Amino acid sequence: MPQIPTLTAVQLAEAIASGQTSALEATQAYLAAIEKLEPQIAAFNQVLADRAVQHAKNIDAKRQSHQHLPPLAGVPVAIKDNMCTSYGHTTCSSKMLANFRSPYTTTAVAKLEAAGAVVLGKTNLDEFAMGSSTENSAFAATHNPWDTDRVPGGSSGGSAAAVAARECAAALGSDTGGSIRQPAAMCGVVGLKPTYGRVSRYGLVAYGSSLDQIGPLARDVPDAALLTQVIAGHDARDSTSVPRPVPDYTAQLDEPIEGLRIGLPKEFYSEALDEQIDDAIHKAADAYKSAGAQIVEVTLPHSRIDTDEAGQLSSYAVACYYIVAMAEAASNLARYDGVHFGHRTDEPVGDIIELYSKTRSEGFGEEIKRRIMLGTFTLSSGYYDAYYNKALKVRRLIANDFTEAFKTCDVLLCPVAPTTAFKLGEKTDDPLTMYLADIYTISVNLAGVPSLSLPAALSKDNLPIGMQIVGPLFSESTLFRAGRMYEKVSNVARLTPALAAC
Amino acid sequence: MIDTKETVTPVIGLEIHVELATATKLFCRCRNRFGDPPNTNVCPICIGMPGVLPVMNRKAVEYSMKVALALGCQVAAFTKWDRKNYYYPDLPKNYQISQYDLPLSSNGYLEVPLADGSAKKVRILRAHLEEDAGKNVHDKPGFTGVDLNRVGVPLLEVVSEPDMNSVEEVMGYARAMQRLVRWLGASEANMQMGHMRFEPNINLHIARGGVTYKTPIVEVKNLNSFRALERTVEYEIARQYAQWEADPDGYSMGKLQKQNRGYDDATQQTVFQRAKEEAHDYRYFPEPDLHPVVVDDEWRDEVAATIGELPLARRARYMETYELSFKHADALTQDAPTGDLLDEAVKGGAEPKRCVNLLLGRAAALANERNCTIAQIGITAGGLAELTKMLSAGDVNATASGKILEKMIAADDSPRQIAQAQGLLVVRDAGQIEVWVDEAIAANPQAAQDARAGGKKQKRAFGFLMGQVMQKSKGAADPARVKQLLQQKLGP
Amino acid sequence: MSETIDADLVRHIGKLARIELSEQQVEMFGRQMSDILVYFHKLRELETEDIEPMAHAVQSSNVFAADCPQPSLGPDQALANAPQRDGNFFKVPKVIGDS
Ligand SMILES: [Mg+2]
Ligand SMILES: [Zn+2]
Repeated sequence: MPQIPTLTAVQLAEAIASGQTSALEATQAYLAAIEKLEPQIAAFNQVLADRAVQHAKNIDAKRQSHQHLPPLAGVPVAIKDNMCTSYGHTTCSSKMLANFRSPYTTTAVAKLEAAGAVVLGKTNLDEFAMGSSTENSAFAATHNPWDTDRVPGGSSGGSAAAVAARECAAALGSDTGGSIRQPAAMCGVVGLKPTYGRVSRYGLVAYGSSLDQIGPLARDVPDAALLTQVIAGHDARDSTSVPRPVPDYTAQLDEPIEGLRIGLPKEFYSEALDEQIDDAIHKAADAYKSAGAQIVEVTLPHSRIDTDEAGQLSSYAVACYYIVAMAEAASNLARYDGVHFGHRTDEPVGDIIELYSKTRSEGFGEEIKRRIMLGTFTLSSGYYDAYYNKALKVRRLIANDFTEAFKTCDVLLCPVAPTTAFKLGEKTDDPLTMYLADIYTISVNLAGVPSLSLPAALSKDNLPIGMQIVGPLFSESTLFRAGRMYEKVSNVARLTPALAAC
Repeated sequence: MIDTKETVTPVIGLEIHVELATATKLFCRCRNRFGDPPNTNVCPICIGMPGVLPVMNRKAVEYSMKVALALGCQVAAFTKWDRKNYYYPDLPKNYQISQYDLPLSSNGYLEVPLADGSAKKVRILRAHLEEDAGKNVHDKPGFTGVDLNRVGVPLLEVVSEPDMNSVEEVMGYARAMQRLVRWLGASEANMQMGHMRFEPNINLHIARGGVTYKTPIVEVKNLNSFRALERTVEYEIARQYAQWEADPDGYSMGKLQKQNRGYDDATQQTVFQRAKEEAHDYRYFPEPDLHPVVVDDEWRDEVAATIGELPLARRARYMETYELSFKHADALTQDAPTGDLLDEAVKGGAEPKRCVNLLLGRAAALANERNCTIAQIGITAGGLAELTKMLSAGDVNATASGKILEKMIAADDSPRQIAQAQGLLVVRDAGQIEVWVDEAIAANPQAAQDARAGGKKQKRAFGFLMGQVMQKSKGAADPARVKQLLQQKLGP
Repeated sequence: MSETIDADLVRHIGKLARIELSEQQVEMFGRQMSDILVYFHKLRELETEDIEPMAHAVQSSNVFAADCPQPSLGPDQALANAPQRDGNFFKVPKVIGDS
């Protein structure tokens, strides 16, 4: 029996089901890994050790009485701390919710637990999921297990780092503009942003409601497929979740797709892209070609990346995305006002307006305030048409581009991030540069389509390079099979940083 | 020649907020119920806790469609939800889910009956659905308490055109709306429970000397009784006229802005709140958490089919077919079930006028005692039909019918069983009546003699003996038979 | 329409968003927001006259629930996170007038 943290979730579930190990042993092994690695990684906001141990014991008791075990029985997982749980705290890495205890549990988390997963704890994120580096947390910055001087990406950086460092078997994150895929790429793990509506958002603390999706962060594609299988499906509590049967994602995972047509959007392979990343993805394309896939060039004109004389990047999609996301965020975050829950100022206040303003000023970090301010502005009287409504129109143009592209290919192969993991503190002073970290991921959220981020290669300085496979709405099955094809032919599947638990 | 005649025309529009009578709230499944202890009908969704999402109540949409169709509105084939952003402690999300540019319905009218028998058509601009706010409770020492039980209750906002020109028209419109929504079962429209709230906007068009002056429009928020509405409109008409008179040119030059005023119940006056220019910037935008509502012909027809006859049409029918007076017809069309009771009883063979007399007589008195509608006192149409038929056949008299009706509320017995048990049936048995007649004659020889003698005293004596017989029979003897027997025995 | 965000506009937005801003923050946000707005103006290059705004990523309609009550939280759970309460009320400073 190999060491528990080396096993994938699928392997671990099998080992537990067959009695090679127990849920309790698995949970204790991961709790030990957390204890050992957290001082360097800081992936977790909260570890729920007692509850996890108890849960694991319950699963073992079930197993011993030969009851049917669900697919993730005993597999220890981590949950991004912007998903409400009726246990522990739900903080969104914000001072605003530092003491918040939810009376209910997120549907996706409840489904995961119903499938036997053991929740180890809640992971760090950029405050309210706004950011691309997980530095923007009210509590601590999370470190990349590949190089602890570097960021893990964000905003699901805690979940990605925890999976990469083998502090958990798998994790849940959320993706509004790349927040699962970009940290997955930077930490060398697999992440899926499902089709909008494929996974219930009920319980996920809203950032940009029309863009947010919960998805898995995992060691490899089969793990990601299994987690998606478990959390996907219609939820009567989320009107935007889609009442459409969930296919069996794991069934034909290992069968390569015959004649897979892979589109390379020409707009993404410009001078803006880091040469090593460009190279890695083209090598991946070659590997696919050798495996029988066709490579075609496609175009996503409204996702184009422009570079001006000063080297400054710009993109319609980035502008569109931030207008939509910030406006929705400004409204979604209005509820944090010190009246019904969350932080409330201790300062003396003259009236309710002062109570609101001081509470929000104290409770929110600077990036949150900046986005709320911008979102409030773009919705305000006299500016709505020029900004918000304009952005909704451009959003349709961006979405239409995908529809067009998928007429000539089955999936798109794209970069995830313009660079590998950057140094902590490198971009914190320049919000606009930080926003550009999402330049390859946001179009997918605007269009609502699914995208799988998986490791493509390692860079010269031993940092993971990711790539994303994007498909039409509800094409998750195709994405998993396409991803698995690459995992099988490449040597980078299940990259493990040196620092990892084993 | 200079025109010195002056005319003052109040121009009044009214927004009416109607809470719908659904079992649950608009976007969560907490109970929609008035009067429970604070913060008992609340859940994470209506508290606006992190991570929650709204799910639309189908019934609320259907009630709204029903009201809109009854108002002759066009029900939009496509309608969506928007967020209206503003901060207030009774609005936990700090935005209200409402409808902004694509309301559920628009362009209808309500016919308002006036005292002179005429009717005024008030046009409806739009009616849209939104969620209600909670309640800030102000009677606390030094702070405000917030109760969220009402948060998320479905609220239909019906906006009229400024078509009303008098207090009477405003009140008539408000009452007609109350009657209509109750009629449709869409709202209890109980003022004490805050089911209906009014927001009038009022100004005056004053024509003098060939010039028309318009006073600035005043909007008065959140009036929760008919009395407050009436006083507000009366007060504003007088106040605006007085203010205009003090400085007519100030108005003609448009120096004064639109304003919001509030109504102070203690002084029965309105007080300035803010100029419209400082109005909120609500930052409306499409609600991302909810999909639009698409109404196809089939669904609209299905809802339309549940509307049935509307009150004014029914009132006209009662006057026409049952030959009722306006007053009676109007009284029977205050709510739908009372008229339904009448119609069913008539269908069951009841003679309409006699049935109406029963309903507006004893039944109305009983309803009044119980502070409910006639239909709510608890008599069945079958029972009512039977009782009416007994009256028509002379099996019971009017007095007895009232007593029987009262008993029908409590008992399951038929009116005839009640009448029998209580001895309220008219006695037609000649033998029994003859015994009573003979006893009466024997016990009152003087009266019998006077009756036989004829002359001045005859009529009075005869009447006295009639009364004695009826008394002996406890009112149950058939009076015609008694008279006949007395005449036989005392006649010439 | 103003192309940059001056201090007064920043203060106005701060008021609308109920965020108290120091003078230093007014200056900083004004500068950063102006930069970002310039970036947003890139969308003006696109002709969108006849384009239908896209508010939802996946098209659907008529998602309803039945009008059947389900259990509520009860005041203790409802108020468990309240920064201040008085009995079963959320407690806030005296509020006057309407919204
Ligand atoms: Mg309204
Ligand atoms: Zn509720």
